[in-house]
Amino acid sequence: MFGIIRKFGASAIETVWKMGTMGLFLAKAAVFMVVPPIKFARLLKQVRFIGLQSVAVIFLTGAFSGMVLGFQGFYSLSRFGSDAFLGPMVGLALIKELGPVISALMVTGRAGSAIAAEIGIMRMSEQIDALELMGLNPYRYLVAPNFLAAMISLPLLTAIFDVVGIFGGYLIGGKLLGVGTGTYFGEMCAYVAMSDIMEGIYKSFSFGVIIAWVCCFKGYYAGVFSGFGSEGVSRATTQAVVLSSVLILVWDYFMTSILY
Amino acid sequence: MRSYNLDYFAMIEIENLHKSFDGHQVFRGVSLEIPKGTVLALIGRSGCGKSVLLKHVAGLIKPEKGRVTVDGEDIGRARGKALTSLRTRLGFLFQGGALFDSMTLFENVAFPLKEKTRLSDRLIQERVFREIENVGLSGSEYKYPSQISGGMLKRAALARSLVSDPEIMLFDEPTTGLDPVTGQSIIELIDACRQRIHFTAIIVTHEIARVAPVVDRIAMLHDGVIWAEGTAFDFYASEDPMVRTFMGDRINEIRKMQRPGDQGGGPARPPAGATAGALADSGNSTGGNQ
Repeated sequence: MFGIIRKFGASAIETVWKMGTMGLFLAKAAVFMVVPPIKFARLLKQVRFIGLQSVAVIFLTGAFSGMVLGFQGFYSLSRFGSDAFLGPMVGLALIKELGPVISALMVTGRAGSAIAAEIGIMRMSEQIDALELMGLNPYRYLVAPNFLAAMISLPLLTAIFDVVGIFGGYLIGGKLLGVGTGTYFGEMCAYVAMSDIMEGIYKSFSFGVIIAWVCCFKGYYAGVFSGFGSEGVSRATTQAVVLSSVLILVWDYFMTSILY
Repeated sequence: MRSYNLDYFAMIEIENLHKSFDGHQVFRGVSLEIPKGTVLALIGRSGCGKSVLLKHVAGLIKPEKGRVTVDGEDIGRARGKALTSLRTRLGFLFQGGALFDSMTLFENVAFPLKEKTRLSDRLIQERVFREIENVGLSGSEYKYPSQISGGMLKRAALARSLVSDPEIMLFDEPTTGLDPVTGQSIIELIDACRQRIHFTAIIVTHEIARVAPVVDRIAMLHDGVIWAEGTAFDFYASEDPMVRTFMGDRINEIRKMQRPGDQGGGPARPPAGATAGALADSGNSTGGNQ
Protein backbone atom coordinates (compact mmCIF):
# COMPACT_ATOMS: atom_id res chain seq x y z
CA MET A 1 0.00 0.00 0.00
CA PHE A 2 2.68 2.47 1.06
CA GLY A 3 4.80 1.23 -1.80
CA ILE A 4 2.19 2.48 -4.28
CA ILE A 5 1.95 5.87 -2.61
CA ARG A 6 5.74 6.13 -2.49
CA LYS A 7 6.00 5.25 -6.21
CA PHE A 8 3.32 7.75 -7.10
CA GLY A 9 5.06 10.43 -5.07
CA ALA A 10 8.42 9.66 -6.63
CA SER A 11 7.04 9.81 -10.18
CA ALA A 12 5.22 13.08 -9.41
CA ILE A 13 8.45 14.60 -8.12
CA GLU A 14 10.33 13.34 -11.17
CA THR A 15 7.71 14.84 -13.51
CA VAL A 16 7.94 18.22 -11.82
CA TRP A 17 11.77 18.02 -11.97
CA LYS A 18 11.65 17.26 -15.72
CA MET A 19 9.24 20.14 -16.35
CA GLY A 20 11.46 22.49 -14.39
CA THR A 21 14.55 21.37 -16.30
CA MET A 22 12.70 21.91 -19.57
CA GLY A 23 11.66 25.40 -18.49
CA LEU A 24 15.23 26.31 -17.54
CA PHE A 25 16.39 24.92 -20.89
CA LEU A 26 14.06 27.34 -22.71
CA ALA A 27 15.31 30.25 -20.61
CA LYS A 28 18.98 29.42 -21.36
CA ALA A 29 18.22 29.02 -25.07
CA ALA A 30 16.47 32.41 -25.10
CA VAL A 31 19.55 34.06 -23.56
CA PHE A 32 21.96 32.58 -26.09
CA MET A 33 19.67 33.50 -28.98
CA VAL A 34 20.09 37.19 -28.25
CA VAL A 35 23.50 37.54 -26.59
CA PRO A 36 26.23 37.77 -29.26
CA PRO A 37 28.15 36.13 -30.86
CA ILE A 38 25.53 34.30 -32.91
CA LYS A 39 26.87 31.36 -34.93
CA PHE A 40 25.62 32.44 -38.37
CA ALA A 41 27.16 29.60 -40.32
CA ARG A 42 25.41 27.08 -38.15
CA LEU A 43 22.17 29.13 -38.28
CA LEU A 44 22.19 29.19 -42.08
CA LYS A 45 22.86 25.46 -42.18
CA GLN A 46 19.87 24.80 -39.94
CA VAL A 47 17.59 27.18 -41.92
CA ARG A 48 18.52 25.15 -44.99
CA PHE A 49 17.80 21.89 -43.18
CA ILE A 50 14.58 22.86 -41.39
CA GLY A 51 13.26 25.29 -44.00
CA LEU A 52 14.55 24.71 -47.50
CA GLN A 53 14.64 20.93 -47.36
CA SER A 54 11.06 20.79 -46.02
CA VAL A 55 9.60 22.73 -48.97
CA ALA A 56 8.87 19.61 -51.01
CA VAL A 57 6.93 17.98 -48.16
CA ILE A 58 5.05 21.21 -47.44
CA PHE A 59 4.24 21.62 -51.12
CA LEU A 60 2.75 18.14 -51.36
CA THR A 61 0.78 18.26 -48.12
CA GLY A 62 -0.40 21.81 -48.84
CA ALA A 63 -1.61 20.90 -52.30
CA PHE A 64 -3.58 17.87 -51.18
CA SER A 65 -4.96 19.58 -48.07
CA GLY A 66 -6.23 22.41 -50.25
CA MET A 67 -7.72 19.98 -52.76
CA VAL A 68 -9.52 18.00 -50.05
CA LEU A 69 -10.83 21.25 -48.57
CA GLY A 70 -12.06 22.22 -52.03
CA PHE A 71 -14.07 19.00 -52.31
CA GLN A 72 -15.39 18.87 -48.78
CA GLY A 73 -16.08 22.58 -48.67
CA PHE A 74 -18.04 22.55 -51.90
CA TYR A 75 -20.28 19.64 -50.89
CA SER A 76 -20.92 21.07 -47.42
CA LEU A 77 -21.60 24.62 -48.59
CA SER A 78 -23.78 23.60 -51.55
CA ARG A 79 -26.30 22.05 -49.07
CA PHE A 80 -26.98 25.58 -47.89
CA GLY A 81 -26.67 27.09 -51.35
CA SER A 82 -23.51 28.89 -50.25
CA ASP A 83 -20.98 27.34 -52.60
CA ALA A 84 -19.98 30.82 -53.74
CA PHE A 85 -18.22 31.18 -50.38
CA LEU A 86 -15.86 28.28 -51.08
CA GLY A 87 -12.95 30.69 -51.61
CA PRO A 88 -13.18 32.38 -48.21
CA MET A 89 -13.83 29.04 -46.52
CA VAL A 90 -10.71 27.42 -47.97
CA GLY A 91 -8.67 30.58 -47.46
CA LEU A 92 -9.65 31.13 -43.85
CA ALA A 93 -9.35 27.46 -42.89
CA LEU A 94 -5.86 27.22 -44.35
CA ILE A 95 -4.54 30.61 -43.24
CA LYS A 96 -5.86 30.57 -39.70
CA GLU A 97 -5.67 26.91 -38.80
CA LEU A 98 -4.58 24.16 -41.15
CA GLY A 99 -1.59 25.97 -42.61
CA PRO A 100 0.25 26.61 -39.32
CA VAL A 101 -0.74 23.32 -37.69
CA ILE A 102 -0.12 20.87 -40.54
CA SER A 103 3.14 22.62 -41.52
CA ALA A 104 4.33 22.40 -37.93
CA LEU A 105 3.38 18.73 -37.67
CA MET A 106 5.22 17.94 -40.93
CA VAL A 107 8.32 19.81 -39.81
CA THR A 108 8.20 18.03 -36.43
CA GLY A 109 8.16 14.66 -38.10
CA ARG A 110 10.91 15.52 -40.55
CA ALA A 111 13.28 17.99 -38.96
CA GLY A 112 12.33 17.75 -35.29
CA SER A 113 13.05 14.03 -35.07
CA ALA A 114 16.37 14.53 -36.89
CA ILE A 115 17.40 17.32 -34.52
CA ALA A 116 16.52 15.24 -31.45
CA ALA A 117 18.42 12.25 -32.84
CA GLU A 118 21.48 14.30 -33.84
CA ILE A 119 21.81 16.03 -30.47
CA GLY A 120 21.02 12.77 -28.66
CA ILE A 121 23.79 10.93 -30.48
CA MET A 122 26.18 13.80 -29.78
CA ARG A 123 25.28 13.48 -26.10
CA MET A 124 25.83 9.70 -26.09
CA SER A 125 29.18 9.90 -27.87
CA GLU A 126 30.37 12.68 -25.50
CA GLN A 127 30.65 15.26 -28.30
CA ILE A 128 28.73 17.77 -26.16
CA ASP A 129 31.17 17.15 -23.29
CA ALA A 130 34.02 17.68 -25.76
CA LEU A 131 32.50 21.04 -26.77
CA GLU A 132 32.23 22.10 -23.14
CA LEU A 133 35.79 21.05 -22.43
CA MET A 134 37.03 23.25 -25.26
CA GLY A 135 35.54 26.12 -23.27
CA LEU A 136 32.68 26.47 -25.78
CA ASN A 137 29.00 26.73 -24.94
CA PRO A 138 26.86 23.90 -26.34
CA TYR A 139 23.74 26.09 -26.18
CA ARG A 140 25.35 28.59 -28.52
CA TYR A 141 26.43 25.92 -31.02
CA LEU A 142 23.62 23.40 -30.93
CA VAL A 143 20.48 24.88 -29.38
CA ALA A 144 20.24 28.58 -30.27
CA PRO A 145 20.79 28.06 -34.04
CA ASN A 146 17.95 25.50 -34.09
CA PHE A 147 15.62 27.87 -32.25
CA LEU A 148 16.36 30.78 -34.56
CA ALA A 149 16.17 28.60 -37.67
CA ALA A 150 12.77 27.18 -36.64
CA MET A 151 11.43 30.65 -35.86
CA ILE A 152 12.54 31.87 -39.29
CA SER A 153 11.49 28.78 -41.27
CA LEU A 154 8.05 27.94 -39.87
CA PRO A 155 6.25 31.18 -40.90
CA LEU A 156 7.79 30.94 -44.37
CA LEU A 157 6.82 27.29 -44.77
CA THR A 158 3.31 28.09 -43.52
CA ALA A 159 3.02 30.83 -46.15
CA ILE A 160 4.01 28.36 -48.88
CA PHE A 161 1.51 25.82 -47.52
CA ASP A 162 -1.26 28.45 -47.56
CA VAL A 163 -0.56 29.59 -51.12
CA VAL A 164 -0.28 26.06 -52.51
CA GLY A 165 -3.37 24.96 -50.55
CA ILE A 166 -5.45 27.88 -51.79
CA PHE A 167 -4.41 27.09 -55.34
CA GLY A 168 -5.22 23.39 -54.78
CA GLY A 169 -8.66 24.37 -53.52
CA TYR A 170 -9.09 26.56 -56.60
CA LEU A 171 -8.18 23.69 -58.93
CA ILE A 172 -10.88 21.50 -57.45
CA GLY A 173 -13.57 24.02 -56.46
CA GLY A 174 -12.99 26.74 -58.99
CA LYS A 175 -12.15 24.65 -62.03
CA LEU A 176 -13.44 21.13 -61.48
CA LEU A 177 -16.62 21.77 -59.52
CA GLY A 178 -17.48 24.99 -61.30
CA VAL A 179 -17.42 27.72 -58.64
CA GLY A 180 -15.54 30.00 -61.00
CA THR A 181 -12.23 31.86 -60.74
CA GLY A 182 -13.71 35.30 -60.10
CA THR A 183 -16.05 34.06 -57.39
CA TYR A 184 -13.39 31.97 -55.69
CA PHE A 185 -10.71 34.63 -55.43
CA GLY A 186 -13.03 37.66 -55.32
CA GLU A 187 -14.96 36.45 -52.28
CA MET A 188 -11.70 35.35 -50.66
CA CYS A 189 -10.28 38.87 -50.89
CA ALA A 190 -13.47 40.28 -49.43
CA TYR A 191 -13.52 38.04 -46.37
CA VAL A 192 -9.89 37.30 -45.53
CA ALA A 193 -8.33 40.17 -43.57
CA MET A 194 -4.73 40.99 -42.63
CA SER A 195 -5.52 40.08 -39.02
CA ASP A 196 -6.34 36.52 -40.12
CA ILE A 197 -2.99 36.25 -41.90
CA MET A 198 -1.13 37.66 -38.87
CA GLU A 199 -2.90 35.14 -36.65
CA GLY A 200 -1.48 32.35 -38.80
CA ILE A 201 1.99 33.91 -38.67
CA TYR A 202 1.94 34.27 -34.87
CA LYS A 203 0.84 30.66 -34.55
CA SER A 204 3.54 29.33 -36.86
CA PHE A 205 6.17 31.42 -35.08
CA SER A 206 5.21 29.94 -31.72
CA PHE A 207 5.02 26.43 -33.18
CA GLY A 208 8.61 26.90 -34.36
CA VAL A 209 9.63 27.68 -30.78
CA ILE A 210 7.80 24.58 -29.52
CA ILE A 211 9.43 22.28 -32.08
CA ALA A 212 12.95 23.56 -31.40
CA TRP A 213 12.42 23.59 -27.63
CA VAL A 214 11.05 20.07 -27.28
CA CYS A 215 13.34 18.39 -29.83
CA CYS A 216 16.56 20.07 -28.66
CA PHE A 217 15.66 19.37 -25.03
CA LYS A 218 14.92 15.70 -25.60
CA GLY A 219 18.18 15.23 -27.49
CA TYR A 220 20.27 17.25 -25.02
CA TYR A 221 19.04 15.29 -22.02
CA ALA A 222 18.89 11.93 -23.81
CA GLY A 223 21.22 10.22 -21.35
CA VAL A 224 19.47 11.61 -18.29
CA PHE A 225 15.80 11.18 -19.11
CA SER A 226 15.58 8.61 -21.87
CA GLY A 227 18.16 6.01 -20.96
CA PHE A 228 21.51 5.22 -22.53
CA GLY A 229 22.80 3.96 -25.84
CA SER A 230 20.87 3.69 -29.11
CA GLU A 231 17.67 2.76 -27.29
CA GLY A 232 17.94 5.97 -25.30
CA VAL A 233 18.31 8.03 -28.47
CA SER A 234 15.37 6.31 -30.19
CA ARG A 235 13.21 6.83 -27.11
CA ALA A 236 14.24 10.49 -26.95
CA THR A 237 13.38 10.96 -30.63
CA THR A 238 9.96 9.31 -30.27
CA GLN A 239 9.17 11.36 -27.17
CA ALA A 240 10.29 14.53 -28.94
CA VAL A 241 7.94 14.00 -31.88
CA VAL A 242 4.97 12.95 -29.74
CA LEU A 243 5.36 15.73 -27.16
CA SER A 244 6.00 18.31 -29.86
CA SER A 245 2.87 17.28 -31.79
CA VAL A 246 0.69 17.26 -28.70
CA LEU A 247 2.00 20.64 -27.52
CA ILE A 248 1.41 22.14 -30.98
CA LEU A 249 -2.24 21.10 -30.92
CA VAL A 250 -2.77 22.17 -27.30
CA TRP A 251 -1.05 25.51 -27.82
CA ASP A 252 -3.06 25.99 -31.02
CA TYR A 253 -6.22 26.00 -28.93
CA PHE A 254 -4.83 28.57 -26.49
CA MET A 255 -3.50 30.81 -29.26
CA THR A 256 -6.85 30.65 -31.05
CA SER A 257 -8.71 31.66 -27.89
CA ILE A 258 -6.22 34.48 -27.19
CA LEU A 259 -6.31 35.82 -30.75
CA TYR A 260 -10.05 35.35 -31.30
CA MET B 1 55.63 9.39 -0.67
CA ARG B 2 55.33 13.13 -0.74
CA SER B 3 58.36 15.01 -1.95
CA TYR B 4 59.61 17.99 -0.01
CA ASN B 5 61.40 19.35 -3.03
CA LEU B 6 60.85 23.11 -3.14
CA ASP B 7 59.95 22.80 -6.83
CA TYR B 8 57.01 20.55 -5.94
CA PHE B 9 53.71 21.96 -7.03
CA ALA B 10 50.48 20.00 -7.04
CA MET B 11 48.91 20.84 -10.37
CA ILE B 12 45.88 18.65 -9.63
CA GLU B 13 44.67 18.05 -6.08
CA ILE B 14 41.69 15.92 -5.15
CA GLU B 15 40.73 16.24 -1.48
CA ASN B 16 38.31 13.91 0.27
CA LEU B 17 36.03 13.54 -2.75
CA HIS B 18 32.58 12.07 -2.21
CA LYS B 19 30.08 11.36 -4.98
CA SER B 20 27.06 9.12 -5.44
CA PHE B 21 24.72 8.42 -8.36
CA ASP B 22 21.14 7.30 -7.71
CA GLY B 23 21.99 6.19 -4.20
CA HIS B 24 25.08 4.25 -5.28
CA GLN B 25 28.17 5.67 -3.53
CA VAL B 26 30.99 5.93 -6.07
CA PHE B 27 33.59 7.86 -4.06
CA ARG B 28 33.92 7.66 -0.28
CA GLY B 29 36.80 10.05 0.30
CA VAL B 30 39.19 9.99 -2.65
CA SER B 31 42.35 12.02 -2.14
CA LEU B 32 45.11 12.37 -4.70
CA GLU B 33 47.85 14.79 -5.65
CA ILE B 34 49.47 15.04 -9.04
CA PRO B 35 52.59 17.24 -9.14
CA LYS B 36 53.19 19.51 -12.07
CA GLY B 37 54.86 17.84 -15.01
CA THR B 38 54.16 14.28 -13.86
CA VAL B 39 51.97 11.59 -15.36
CA LEU B 40 49.76 9.39 -13.20
CA ALA B 41 48.12 6.16 -14.30
CA LEU B 42 44.73 5.56 -12.69
CA ILE B 43 43.77 1.90 -12.57
CA GLY B 44 40.91 -0.02 -11.07
CA ARG B 45 38.17 -2.48 -11.83
CA SER B 46 35.59 -1.70 -14.49
CA GLY B 47 32.83 0.47 -13.09
CA CYS B 48 34.81 1.66 -10.05
CA GLY B 49 34.59 5.28 -11.19
CA LYS B 50 37.86 6.04 -12.99
CA SER B 51 36.20 7.97 -15.82
CA VAL B 52 33.95 9.73 -13.30
CA LEU B 53 37.05 10.88 -11.40
CA LEU B 54 38.55 12.18 -14.63
CA LYS B 55 35.36 14.12 -15.37
CA HIS B 56 35.54 15.65 -11.90
CA VAL B 57 39.03 16.94 -12.71
CA ALA B 58 37.67 18.40 -15.96
CA GLY B 59 34.80 20.04 -14.08
CA LEU B 60 32.13 18.12 -16.03
CA ILE B 61 30.81 16.57 -12.80
CA LYS B 62 30.56 18.46 -9.51
CA PRO B 63 31.54 16.76 -6.23
CA GLU B 64 29.01 16.26 -3.43
CA LYS B 65 31.68 16.75 -0.79
CA GLY B 66 35.37 17.54 -1.02
CA ARG B 67 37.32 19.57 -3.50
CA VAL B 68 39.03 19.21 -6.84
CA THR B 69 41.68 21.84 -7.39
CA VAL B 70 43.41 22.49 -10.70
CA ASP B 71 46.39 24.85 -10.57
CA GLY B 72 45.16 26.20 -7.25
CA GLU B 73 41.60 26.87 -8.39
CA ASP B 74 38.58 24.88 -7.26
CA ILE B 75 37.23 23.62 -10.60
CA GLY B 76 34.08 22.20 -9.00
CA ARG B 77 32.97 25.68 -7.94
CA ALA B 78 34.36 27.67 -10.86
CA ARG B 79 31.81 29.36 -13.12
CA GLY B 80 31.74 31.37 -16.31
CA LYS B 81 35.04 32.90 -17.43
CA ALA B 82 37.07 31.27 -14.63
CA LEU B 83 35.85 27.82 -15.65
CA THR B 84 36.36 28.55 -19.35
CA SER B 85 39.94 29.74 -18.79
CA LEU B 86 40.74 26.61 -16.74
CA ARG B 87 39.26 24.34 -19.41
CA THR B 88 41.25 26.08 -22.15
CA ARG B 89 44.43 24.81 -20.47
CA LEU B 90 43.06 21.30 -20.33
CA GLY B 91 42.95 18.60 -22.99
CA PHE B 92 40.68 15.54 -22.73
CA LEU B 93 40.97 12.37 -24.78
CA PHE B 94 37.58 10.65 -24.55
CA GLN B 95 37.28 6.89 -24.67
CA GLY B 96 35.38 7.00 -27.95
CA GLY B 97 37.31 9.96 -29.30
CA ALA B 98 34.21 12.20 -29.32
CA LEU B 99 35.09 13.62 -32.73
CA PHE B 100 32.35 15.74 -34.30
CA ASP B 101 30.99 13.33 -36.89
CA SER B 102 29.64 15.94 -39.29
CA MET B 103 33.16 17.40 -39.78
CA THR B 104 36.28 16.08 -41.46
CA LEU B 105 39.40 15.27 -39.41
CA PHE B 106 40.91 18.56 -40.52
CA GLU B 107 37.85 20.53 -39.39
CA ASN B 108 37.79 18.62 -36.10
CA VAL B 109 41.42 19.36 -35.27
CA ALA B 110 41.09 22.98 -36.44
CA PHE B 111 37.88 23.55 -34.45
CA PRO B 112 39.43 24.60 -31.08
CA LEU B 113 41.82 26.97 -32.86
CA LYS B 114 39.09 28.48 -35.07
CA GLU B 115 36.73 29.05 -32.17
CA LYS B 116 39.09 30.04 -29.37
CA THR B 117 41.94 31.90 -31.08
CA ARG B 118 42.28 34.74 -33.56
CA LEU B 119 44.90 32.99 -35.64
CA SER B 120 44.75 33.42 -39.39
CA ASP B 121 43.42 30.60 -41.56
CA ARG B 122 46.90 30.00 -42.95
CA LEU B 123 48.46 29.63 -39.48
CA ILE B 124 45.63 27.37 -38.33
CA GLN B 125 46.12 25.21 -41.41
CA GLU B 126 49.86 24.92 -40.69
CA ARG B 127 49.32 23.88 -37.09
CA VAL B 128 46.58 21.42 -37.96
CA PHE B 129 48.65 19.75 -40.66
CA ARG B 130 51.60 19.56 -38.26
CA GLU B 131 49.50 18.00 -35.51
CA ILE B 132 47.94 15.51 -37.89
CA GLU B 133 51.42 14.61 -39.14
CA ASN B 134 52.62 14.15 -35.52
CA VAL B 135 49.96 11.53 -34.93
CA GLY B 136 50.71 9.79 -38.20
CA LEU B 137 47.48 10.57 -40.05
CA SER B 138 48.88 12.54 -43.00
CA GLY B 139 46.72 11.93 -46.04
CA SER B 140 43.52 11.37 -44.06
CA GLU B 141 42.81 15.01 -43.28
CA TYR B 142 39.63 15.19 -45.35
CA LYS B 143 38.09 11.92 -44.24
CA TYR B 144 35.11 11.80 -41.91
CA PRO B 145 35.20 9.99 -38.54
CA SER B 146 32.86 7.31 -39.90
CA GLN B 147 35.37 6.49 -42.63
CA ILE B 148 38.35 5.70 -40.41
CA SER B 149 39.34 2.90 -38.04
CA GLY B 150 39.24 2.98 -34.23
CA GLY B 151 42.98 3.52 -33.95
CA MET B 152 42.89 6.41 -36.42
CA LEU B 153 39.94 7.89 -34.54
CA LYS B 154 41.90 7.90 -31.29
CA ARG B 155 44.89 9.49 -33.03
CA ALA B 156 42.69 12.19 -34.55
CA ALA B 157 41.11 12.85 -31.16
CA LEU B 158 44.60 13.04 -29.65
CA ALA B 159 45.61 15.57 -32.32
CA ARG B 160 42.53 17.66 -31.56
CA SER B 161 43.17 17.66 -27.81
CA LEU B 162 46.85 18.57 -28.26
CA VAL B 163 46.49 21.23 -30.97
CA SER B 164 46.09 24.00 -28.40
CA ASP B 165 49.18 22.87 -26.39
CA PRO B 166 47.38 22.05 -23.14
CA GLU B 167 49.20 22.13 -19.79
CA ILE B 168 47.06 19.33 -18.42
CA MET B 169 45.98 16.21 -20.33
CA LEU B 170 43.36 13.71 -19.24
CA PHE B 171 43.29 10.38 -21.10
CA ASP B 172 40.22 8.17 -20.69
CA GLU B 173 41.27 4.63 -21.62
CA PRO B 174 43.36 5.59 -24.65
CA THR B 175 44.11 2.01 -25.67
CA THR B 176 40.87 0.22 -24.79
CA GLY B 177 39.33 -1.58 -27.74
CA LEU B 178 42.49 -1.40 -29.84
CA ASP B 179 44.73 -4.24 -30.92
CA PRO B 180 48.07 -4.48 -29.05
CA VAL B 181 50.13 -2.98 -31.89
CA THR B 182 47.86 0.05 -32.31
CA GLY B 183 47.57 0.43 -28.53
CA GLN B 184 51.34 0.49 -28.23
CA SER B 185 51.60 3.14 -30.93
CA ILE B 186 49.11 5.33 -29.07
CA ILE B 187 51.16 5.03 -25.87
CA GLU B 188 54.33 5.90 -27.77
CA LEU B 189 52.55 8.93 -29.23
CA ILE B 190 51.47 10.05 -25.78
CA ASP B 191 55.07 9.66 -24.56
CA ALA B 192 56.42 11.66 -27.51
CA CYS B 193 53.87 14.42 -26.89
CA ARG B 194 54.73 14.45 -23.22
CA GLN B 195 58.38 14.97 -24.00
CA ARG B 196 57.49 17.75 -26.39
CA ILE B 197 54.89 19.62 -24.29
CA HIS B 198 55.77 18.49 -20.70
CA PHE B 199 52.15 18.36 -19.64
CA THR B 200 50.72 17.09 -16.34
CA ALA B 201 48.52 14.10 -17.07
CA ILE B 202 46.23 11.40 -15.75
CA ILE B 203 45.85 8.24 -17.85
CA VAL B 204 42.90 6.03 -16.97
CA THR B 205 43.69 2.52 -18.14
CA HIS B 206 43.36 -1.20 -17.61
CA GLU B 207 46.62 -1.93 -19.36
CA ILE B 208 49.04 -1.15 -16.57
CA ALA B 209 51.99 -2.95 -18.12
CA ARG B 210 51.66 -0.98 -21.35
CA VAL B 211 51.56 2.44 -19.67
CA ALA B 212 54.03 1.72 -16.85
CA PRO B 213 57.09 2.87 -18.87
CA VAL B 214 55.56 6.27 -19.61
CA VAL B 215 54.04 7.15 -16.23
CA ASP B 216 55.71 8.42 -13.07
CA ARG B 217 53.21 7.03 -10.59
CA ILE B 218 50.22 4.71 -10.45
CA ALA B 219 47.12 5.04 -8.29
CA MET B 220 44.57 2.30 -7.82
CA LEU B 221 40.94 3.20 -7.25
CA HIS B 222 38.92 0.61 -5.38
CA ASP B 223 35.86 0.61 -3.14
CA GLY B 224 35.49 4.38 -3.50
CA VAL B 225 38.96 5.31 -2.24
CA ILE B 226 42.55 5.37 -3.49
CA TRP B 227 43.49 1.87 -2.43
CA ALA B 228 47.15 2.16 -3.32
CA GLU B 229 49.54 4.65 -4.84
CA GLY B 230 53.18 4.47 -5.83
CA THR B 231 55.55 3.65 -8.64
CA ALA B 232 55.14 0.58 -10.81
CA PHE B 233 57.67 -1.25 -8.71
CA ASP B 234 55.87 -0.39 -5.49
CA PHE B 235 52.85 -2.11 -7.00
CA TYR B 236 54.97 -5.06 -8.03
CA ALA B 237 56.32 -5.45 -4.52
CA SER B 238 52.96 -4.83 -2.80
CA GLU B 239 51.67 -7.49 -0.42
CA ASP B 240 48.08 -6.23 -0.68
CA PRO B 241 45.81 -8.99 -2.04
CA MET B 242 43.66 -6.59 -4.08
CA VAL B 243 46.70 -5.07 -5.76
CA ARG B 244 48.18 -8.47 -6.48
CA THR B 245 44.86 -9.71 -7.89
CA PHE B 246 44.63 -6.72 -10.18
CA MET B 247 48.23 -6.94 -11.28
CA GLY B 248 47.91 -10.66 -12.02
CA ASP B 249 50.30 -11.87 -14.70
CA ARG B 250 51.51 -8.35 -15.30
CA ILE B 251 53.81 -8.54 -12.32
CA ASN B 252 56.28 -10.42 -14.43
CA GLU B 253 56.02 -7.93 -17.28
CA ILE B 254 56.73 -5.04 -14.94
CA ARG B 255 59.65 -6.91 -13.48
CA LYS B 256 61.20 -6.91 -16.96
CA MET B 257 60.89 -3.15 -17.12
CA GLN B 258 63.03 -2.45 -14.08
CA ARG B 259 64.92 0.70 -14.82
CA PRO B 260 68.61 1.25 -13.84
CA GLY B 261 69.01 2.54 -10.28
CA ASP B 262 65.50 1.56 -9.23
CA GLN B 263 65.61 -0.91 -6.32
CA GLY B 264 61.85 -1.27 -5.91
CA GLY B 265 60.34 0.73 -3.05
CA GLY B 266 58.67 -1.99 -1.00
CA PRO B 267 54.92 -1.96 -0.29
CA ALA B 268 52.87 0.81 -1.91
CA ARG B 269 52.31 3.67 0.51
CA PRO B 270 49.16 5.79 0.55
CA PRO B 271 49.52 9.58 0.48
CA ALA B 272 49.45 11.26 3.88
CA GLY B 273 45.94 11.59 5.29
CA ALA B 274 44.33 8.90 3.13
CA THR B 275 41.53 6.86 4.62
CA ALA B 276 42.34 3.44 6.03
CA GLY B 277 41.81 1.52 2.78
CA ALA B 278 43.27 -1.87 2.23
CA LEU B 279 46.93 -1.23 2.90
CA ALA B 280 46.28 -1.31 6.63
CA ASP B 281 44.58 -4.67 6.08
CA SER B 282 47.47 -5.98 4.02
CA GLY B 283 47.74 -9.70 4.49
CA ASN B 284 44.02 -10.22 5.15
CA SER B 285 43.29 -13.53 3.57
CA THR B 286 39.75 -12.65 2.48
CA GLY B 287 41.20 -10.09 0.08
CA GLY B 288 39.54 -6.89 -1.03
CA ASN B 289 36.33 -8.31 -2.55
CA GLN B 290 33.16 -6.65 -1.29
